[in-house]
Amino acid sequence: MIDSIPAMDGTILEVRNLTKHFPIKRGLLKRTVGAVKAVDDVSFNLKQGETLGLVGESGCGKTTTSRCILRAVDPTSGEIMFRTADGHEVNVATLPNREMRPLRREMQMIFQDPFSSLNSRMSLLDIVGEPLLVHGMTNRDERQERVAELLRLVGLRPEYMQRYPHAFSGGERQRIGIARALALHPRLVVADEPVSALDVSVQAQVINLLMDLQEEFELTYLFVAHDLSVVKQISDRVAVMYVGKIVELADTAELFTKPRHPYSEALLAAVPVADPRLHRKDRKLLEGEVANPANPPSGCYFHPRCPYAQDVCRTETPVLSEVSPGHFASCHRVQDLELTGIVQVDGEST
Amino acid sequence: MTETESSSVLSVRDLMVHYPTDEGVVKALDGVSLDIQPGQTLGVVGESGCGKSTIGRAILRILDKPGQIVGGEILWNDPEKGSGSRPVDLTAQEPNGPEMRAIRGGDIALVFQEPMTSFSPIHTIGNQMSEAITLHQDKTAAEAKEWSMELMNMVGIPNPPQRFDEYSYQLSGGLRQRAMIAMAISCGPKLLIADEPTTALDVTTQAQILDLLRGLQEKNNMAIMLITHNLGVIAEMADEVVVMYLGRAVESGPVDDIFHQAKHPYSRGLLESIPSVLASGRERLPSIAGSIPHPFNRPSGCTFRPRCPSFIPGTCDVNVPQYLALGGGQQKVSCFLHHSPSGVEEVSSHD
Repeated sequence: MIDSIPAMDGTILEVRNLTKHFPIKRGLLKRTVGAVKAVDDVSFNLKQGETLGLVGESGCGKTTTSRCILRAVDPTSGEIMFRTADGHEVNVATLPNREMRPLRREMQMIFQDPFSSLNSRMSLLDIVGEPLLVHGMTNRDERQERVAELLRLVGLRPEYMQRYPHAFSGGERQRIGIARALALHPRLVVADEPVSALDVSVQAQVINLLMDLQEEFELTYLFVAHDLSVVKQISDRVAVMYVGKIVELADTAELFTKPRHPYSEALLAAVPVADPRLHRKDRKLLEGEVANPANPPSGCYFHPRCPYAQDVCRTETPVLSEVSPGHFASCHRVQDLELTGIVQVDGEST
Repeated sequence: MTETESSSVLSVRDLMVHYPTDEGVVKALDGVSLDIQPGQTLGVVGESGCGKSTIGRAILRILDKPGQIVGGEILWNDPEKGSGSRPVDLTAQEPNGPEMRAIRGGDIALVFQEPMTSFSPIHTIGNQMSEAITLHQDKTAAEAKEWSMELMNMVGIPNPPQRFDEYSYQLSGGLRQRAMIAMAISCGPKLLIADEPTTALDVTTQAQILDLLRGLQEKNNMAIMLITHNLGVIAEMADEVVVMYLGRAVESGPVDDIFHQAKHPYSRGLLESIPSVLASGRERLPSIAGSIPHPFNRPSGCTFRPRCPSFIPGTCDVNVPQYLALGGGQQKVSCFLHHSPSGVEEVSSHD
């Protein structure tokens, strides 16, 4: 179990048994009739300077997990242990709002949609400068200087400071969002689908920028995305989520080449590869859709779509366990299944 | 008429679409030419703003105002009318005239990107499907209902009698896109224009939808024009590919040539910048410098010149490269690396 891993040096975030249930209310009296188990007993840790990719289909709880970590939503239960810059360990899950505030300097977010995440009535100076102002940099000149520095950092011209977001393209806006996130020297950055709204060519520019910034400032990223090829590009480790649970967690290369959970295998098989010579006609396509988190299936949540399901999968819930060093999977048949990952074809890949 | 033109179900010739606005004219399409063969898939790729969606809308004559076709031809060659018949120029038809209304939704159907917004929220799915059927075919309401349910079955929507009476919000994204496809194929179109059909979907659902489209194409011998920015989808689906940049086709050819011997610096840049699951892991991606220029500020000469790594001063900024075939092959490219400014093909030392 992940729980048993001792908090080693360099661990910046440790999530233990995180759960978030959204109540379903019905009727005149708004009685709670059930709960959407958006995040269901999720545990993982993050080391300083690494990138953990969080993947899965829509509705599997990726975004809720990341929002819980930033306390944008309050978790139902579980612990989120964050190691602050001065070495203290605090439980973000239960911290009162007042004490949360100084911590917010250290954890920041980059949003998906560069069009709706920037206030169109604020100039770049105001957008990027606002976190500085909120956290006490009241001198305008000083603030202006820092904003200029941040804009240069993300590859925008400081002269643009007085302009408004409408004057910028999607890629440039995403750079503005990154500058804002970096304004307070954060240590943990949660990026929720930061490049999925961008064109491929611009996507590559933004991914490169994120990787450069990480190296320069020793940032730790939690990178939420549904595009596996982007996740592969940037992540050190990858966690695969399905209906609120982590079903597999491993080093990026290992997960892509030797997946141990049938869901990871299916996700990998579904990724279109930009090479017409690789016709994967025999690939297994996943049938059906993600289970309803308000009413998940019995046993393993994945069993109705799983091509390898047996009786035990229908009745018993599998536990996430370490199948090889650093590789966790929750599948009853993890020992007897031979799953296919991405096969490298010599000389064929571009 | 050349050979490809006569055999193709649709051929677009030097199509120009302009949007006159208060600030100036936006040239959404600036002389695009492409051909679609019956039963084949033509992939149209390019960044946002390159005009790929405009082509689809221009073909169906449903351009948003104030867009208008200012030049070129869209030749529709109904494969059922035999080879002797003359192709119809869709640009010469009234957008809302009887000919266009028979073709739109009948012979040529469109699948939109946003399954969320392309259905009416106040009519049931079945109602909307039957409407299209009764409009184009001589069927009674009961027959239309029966046919709708059969189509739903065909595209893999479980429990058609129940879904028939549901509203679009009750369906998931994948099911909605399936319903959209069912509606599009309800009148047996010979050409299906799919504008980013899987962009809003998860990879797993995307794979299912692409499989469905492939199956329907084989069964009905339908041509597909697949508009997408996802090169992975193009590689899996297309027979031929057109790469667009700023309202023009810059390169086209069979899918294998485009992916393995791309000639235009823009196509090469696009291909190099895609993150691949085959990549060996954390590494910097090559990317195309800069971004698409503002539509009012089109560069002179070759429009890709400001971002081009192989820019030739004195040539690329002065002359507009012609869109010509390479050495008699099927691949066409508009670039001075491969054609001299006079249009005569140079002995190419590149590549």
